[in-house]
Amino acid sequence: MNESDCGRVFALLSEYLDQELAPATCEELEEHLGGCPECIQFVQSLKRSVQLCRQYGECRTAPPIDPEVMAGFRRAYQEMLARRRSSQ
Amino acid sequence: MPGEAKSDVQLALELLKGNEEAFTQFVNAFHARLSQYSFLMCGQKEDAEEVAQETLLKVFESIDQLRDPNRLKAWVFRIAKNECFMKRRKSVFAPKIELSLDDLRPKRVNDGEVHGIQIADWTALPENLLLDSELQNALARSIRELSEIYRSVVLLRDVEELTTEETAEVLDISPDAVKTRLHRGRLALRQHMDLYLRTAKGGH
Repeated sequence: MNESDCGRVFALLSEYLDQELAPATCEELEEHLGGCPECIQFVQSLKRSVQLCRQYGECRTAPPIDPEVMAGFRRAYQEMLARRRSSQ
Repeated sequence: MPGEAKSDVQLALELLKGNEEAFTQFVNAFHARLSQYSFLMCGQKEDAEEVAQETLLKVFESIDQLRDPNRLKAWVFRIAKNECFMKRRKSVFAPKIELSLDDLRPKRVNDGEVHGIQIADWTALPENLLLDSELQNALARSIRELSEIYRSVVLLRDVEELTTEETAEVLDISPDAVKTRLHRGRLALRQHMDLYLRTAKGGH
């Protein structure tokens, strides 16, 4: 295994995961991965780490909005609509 | 959320028409997102709710200035980012530290019996959508520990799932800069989480 190949692959991994690499580069990278268990192990951990962020994004919750705050949003919204109507 | 989730473009158009249902839908869709985003960006629970509310207020005050409804998400997060910067606290926004790729590569172990890279067992993590709270906390901590130039990109691209172009627009940087920072940010986050999985009660 060639250490410098691992380094080159390492620099391209996000673009690889995001499917942004040119086909030829992608093929080259996958060829390296095919023969390098350490890079495979690493790319899987990076992929999982990115997935965790997406999962975390799905887990969000927020406390209910105070009715007074909500009324403020509604007022701002109505004022924007009125301004828009009068300017048309 | 009641009814089918509308696309951003539809939602923006309905809002401009004065559709009351779109108003409620917008608040439901963005309140929790904005509050999570600001918590991870500013690092303070109390700031987070304030930023989320101020952002929503600004959105309703000025959505008629949104020229292209396709850019709703980028436009909203741009307002949220600016609100976060106004809350900027010295202790939270650490100085910019550029990360080098070499520092983010796993160390090699070679002590006769064991050789390979030093890495946690990531396959042991649960695949289901809901993360347990300990893992959520560890992840939030790791995100907040990233220096700001990386954190802002990782948050928008991987947590909020904005595109590279949208992220570039929110942050006023080039798409190439988004890509470079995203890669380093992801690697740093992976490194933090790897350490967590190896040291803390990582045995999930």
